[in-house]
Amino acid sequence: MAARDPVIVGIGLSDYPVAPHLSTAQHHAQAMQRALADCGLPKRAVDGFCCAGMGAGAAEAMLMAEYLGIDHRFVDGTMTGGSSFEFYVQHAAAALRQGLCETVLVTYGSNFLSARGRTLGTGGFGGRGAHVTGADMFQAPYGLSLVGAYAMVARRHMHQYGTKPEHLAEIAAGVREFAGLNPLAMYRDPITVQDVLASRMIADPLHKLDCCVVSDGGGAFVMTTAERARDLRQPAVRVLGAAGGQTHWNISQMPDFTRSAAAKNAPETFAQAGLGPADVDVIQFYDSFTITVLTLLEDCGFCAKGEGGPFVAEGHLRRGGRLPLNTDGGGLSSCHSGMRGIFLIIEAVRQLRGQAGAAQVPGAEVALCAGSGGFLSGIGTVLLGRG
Amino acid sequence: MDVVRGQEWKRPKPAPDALERPFFEAAARGELLYQRCPKCGHVQFYPRAVCTACGTDPEWATAAGRGSVHTYTVVRQNGMPPFKDELPYVVAMVELPEGVRMMGNVTGCSPDEVSVGTALEAYAVEFEPGLALPFWRPAR
Repeated sequence: MAARDPVIVGIGLSDYPVAPHLSTAQHHAQAMQRALADCGLPKRAVDGFCCAGMGAGAAEAMLMAEYLGIDHRFVDGTMTGGSSFEFYVQHAAAALRQGLCETVLVTYGSNFLSARGRTLGTGGFGGRGAHVTGADMFQAPYGLSLVGAYAMVARRHMHQYGTKPEHLAEIAAGVREFAGLNPLAMYRDPITVQDVLASRMIADPLHKLDCCVVSDGGGAFVMTTAERARDLRQPAVRVLGAAGGQTHWNISQMPDFTRSAAAKNAPETFAQAGLGPADVDVIQFYDSFTITVLTLLEDCGFCAKGEGGPFVAEGHLRRGGRLPLNTDGGGLSSCHSGMRGIFLIIEAVRQLRGQAGAAQVPGAEVALCAGSGGFLSGIGTVLLGRG
Repeated sequence: MDVVRGQEWKRPKPAPDALERPFFEAAARGELLYQRCPKCGHVQFYPRAVCTACGTDPEWATAAGRGSVHTYTVVRQNGMPPFKDELPYVVAMVELPEGVRMMGNVTGCSPDEVSVGTALEAYAVEFEPGLALPFWRPAR
């Protein structure tokens, strides 16, 4: 490793999945304290800050820098939805390489469940005011739910490639198996493909168990240079590659309902590392819905476009498979507090340090994180490697 | 396209600016508009101040008011009024032969009768005098 190569040295989670005792700001604060304690760096060492959330909206990074007392030389509040944190890895890595700062703190926090209840996907989410403007005028009057937006992606994939509800259900069942190994996961009882198919239809063809949970939760991670990481408490995890992009923001504008921006940026991420899909040992993919995972799998090159269904049915994503998915129980079963992207990075770091306990993927050297924001809109891919 | 007038409007109501307003005025006259670039020929929807391909000012063009289902969902759970009282209902992306897609509800049939490829025709519903929004139903 070169001296200024970017690494991740500290991780922390705030209390989840149900934490009525914490406000959004307290989630940020608790996660920060735990991430700093993890690596042993004092807060005053932080001179770069990246942050997104659903509280202050566009000004979340400014507000939280004030609340946490961060004196930053580099700040990034890019808002791409739940994938913002994958974009931060790209931006912070560049900033560290350039010498714009020495230590970057990334935080997220949300009391979504305690504050708003389980309405994330089926009401109360964007563009529902009495009056709507801009692109919302051509969407909101038709009553599309968040789940419904992803359902349209799933329907098109099924039509075009013969993907079956059973294929999507396999993703949910596999992630639940990992949730059973996480004592904090929101749902831990095993489920089968049949259980998913028998659960209530929310928006055809997506069933209740095709959808992520709604929870509270926050997270933080600390990035610095390889040189600075040498005398820290935890083994450094290397940032091998990171890229991002978007194909649309509103679901009505998705150019190809079966293809996300990862089709373009995952190859860039792999190219930065000189690696390919065959080199990946474990994946942490944004599982807002089962179809999100299927789309990202194909776009990241683990199988050809359209072959995600049969690929998943072979059991590769399961515990003991060749490409274990969401080893913390994912958004589907453990924790989804609105913007899940930070948890992908944190769980990948746990795996690459060999600290994932019962969910540890033996000998994990390379992890791919794929974050999705909006409606498969803003996609960031991050390749991490054991230090 | 047909225009339905005088219905009580309970849905989120479009509040168009001057650029967007002609779309809703045309719909109230029974015309379905989209945008076309006079320079590069690119077609687009929703209406914007620029052509997303080349950056030129786009112009309005009139669609025939026909289309087919590109993809769709049957919404079976939505806690927000008025939609919670209309469950289940179909939301589709409608592919127009003119080359643009529009989101819309497919009405006038059971949700079970809708599939990818279903041929549709547009109709408009007035949400205030002189302004209407398009909806879709199976082509007759």
